Amino acid sequence: MTTSLLIVQILNGLQLGILLFLVAAGLTLVFGVMDFINLAHGVQYMLGAYLAVTFVGLTGSFGLGLALALAAALVIGLALEFLVFRHLYERDHLDQVLATFGLILLLNQGVKIVWGAAPLSVPVPAFLSGSVQLMDGILYPVYRFALIGAGLGVGGLLWFIVEKTRTGMLLRAGASNAAMVSALGVDIRQLFMIVFAFGTMLAGFAGAMAAPILSVEPGMGDTVLILAFVVIVVGGIGSIRGAFVGALIVGLVDTLGRSFMNDLLRLFMSAPSARATGAALSSMLIYLVMAIVLFVRPEGLLPSKGRT
Amino acid sequence: MSTAGAIAETPAVATPLPKRRPVIALVLFVLLALIPVATALGLPSHWLSLVTRAMIFAIAALSLDLILGVGGLVSFGHAAFIGIGAYVTGIMITEGRPEALLALPLILVACAVFAAVTGAVSLRTRGVAFIMITLAFGQMGFFLAQALSAYGGDDGLTLAERSTVLGFDVFANRTRFFYIVLAALAGCYALVSIIVASRFGRVLRASRENATRVTVTGYDVGRVRLIAYVISGMIAGLSGFFLANQTEFVSPAFMSWQRSGELIFMVVLGGTGSLHGAVIGALAYLFTEEILSGLGEYWRGIFGTYLLFGFDLRIAAEHWKAIFGPLIVLFVLFTRGGIVGIISKLGRRHD
Repeated sequence: MTTSLLIVQILNGLQLGILLFLVAAGLTLVFGVMDFINLAHGVQYMLGAYLAVTFVGLTGSFGLGLALALAAALVIGLALEFLVFRHLYERDHLDQVLATFGLILLLNQGVKIVWGAAPLSVPVPAFLSGSVQLMDGILYPVYRFALIGAGLGVGGLLWFIVEKTRTGMLLRAGASNAAMVSALGVDIRQLFMIVFAFGTMLAGFAGAMAAPILSVEPGMGDTVLILAFVVIVVGGIGSIRGAFVGALIVGLVDTLGRSFMNDLLRLFMSAPSARATGAALSSMLIYLVMAIVLFVRPEGLLPSKGRT
Repeated sequence: MSTAGAIAETPAVATPLPKRRPVIALVLFVLLALIPVATALGLPSHWLSLVTRAMIFAIAALSLDLILGVGGLVSFGHAAFIGIGAYVTGIMITEGRPEALLALPLILVACAVFAAVTGAVSLRTRGVAFIMITLAFGQMGFFLAQALSAYGGDDGLTLAERSTVLGFDVFANRTRFFYIVLAALAGCYALVSIIVASRFGRVLRASRENATRVTVTGYDVGRVRLIAYVISGMIAGLSGFFLANQTEFVSPAFMSWQRSGELIFMVVLGGTGSLHGAVIGALAYLFTEEILSGLGEYWRGIFGTYLLFGFDLRIAAEHWKAIFGPLIVLFVLFTRGGIVGIISKLGRRHD
């Protein structure tokens, strides 16, 4: 366990945390404002990645491909909202869970039909390829730094919109009392649609940004969705600040646990049993963290203020 | 439930149809008992294993209905209990101890402990948080199974033999296995019915409608829910035992979160809170799955061709989940009360 490895793993953890934040932010926003639990959010992340594969391949340019992928993700998201989600806002959570579960089955199979079952990838754009030298002998890819930077940028933008603009004000008002906002003459349906479009874009953006470093395959959204749930539960449901803190915790704990659990257990265990326990324990680590957080604070670390 | 209990029952509650329930359940179990007779008379023999599999899932769906339908707790991690039951069975067999009378108590204890620990944490929350947390705990079980490299890890574990009872290979005969599973299902149904009709069950049901009021009445809602959660987990573990013995294979996929979602759909498909609805839902789900995934073969059996308007139905069958997903969405959007609800609506029209 060397310092250089630790630094690299902390950066990897940050990068996973940022990706999770982008997915969880949309999920928690949609839940906070509309009281709607959208399991298909993970599939929207997956679609973002697949659309990036297609459009980057078609245009040959990463930036243009990303923009087109985002636009396409938005169109698909709005179509789903119009066809399915809109009819579920008034239903109970059980119906929402089931209907969006059905959509997951459809879309996971759908991408297999359209793009095939084999993993795909997007080349790292030329202007972001190469590595930065952090210290003696530690190289870290530029693209991963760009990803962390882009995620932080989007997070900042999100904070600005929610806290400083009129739309953000309505959004916060909607989160604490949607009926009252509606009674004051705000078109709640339109507000819902804006929130939903926003969440879709965030998930699609995360997927497209992840495409050059992760393999793009069917079901990739499911893992992220469940991690995003852990993030939201740890951070506090409906709270964007909570999602940010929760995402960093989950990203770091998961990455560091996977790389150092083995060495840690070696201190008081034989090598083979440390390897076996380490593998089991590190894959369960974030769930244990979640359980501890919930045991101490059932409402999460930073619950949103407006909710009761 | 005509006997007057401690809690006065308002006549206008939406859920129960108590009088019709025993009749429907009885008819259902008699029909199931006739399946081996039907296969002896010429029904394709794979129907026997299909119905056995459906009944195994019906046990799990029944247990889920206790907490989801009666208790109003949407647990999205129920497949973990099936997985625990299956893995304990598989590991015992691999370690050379196939005795079911040894494995079953161990399964029940393991499921009870897992349910008590995860339930104690997740029941501290309500609504959506509960859904997410149970999902996360279920996923924890999935990853744990994947990490068990000594027992197959990601690839799963092929069982060398089936469980034995007092040293006898009781499960080898498929018809006998069918009746054992049927008896287990009927037993679980009776057990859950008794629980639901008891004072405990009434408190559980009442706490779904209004937890505050129940608390004020002097019951500890959290404790009642936790006990129900533990009972439910133990019954689901039993279905895992049978599943491992039927497939003679155990894999992490047994506890994937899709499996948990399918269990929820079985309960809702049949009609929540009615118990026999969960059984009907599980049967209907597995039949639908069977028909969709064998679409091309069934079509050819009837019309002598794989083609429908020039389209090869074998392709549709390969991607049956893309058909099944939209069916779930349509079902949720357009029906209420599941199959049992539809049956009772038809029944009321005749009255």
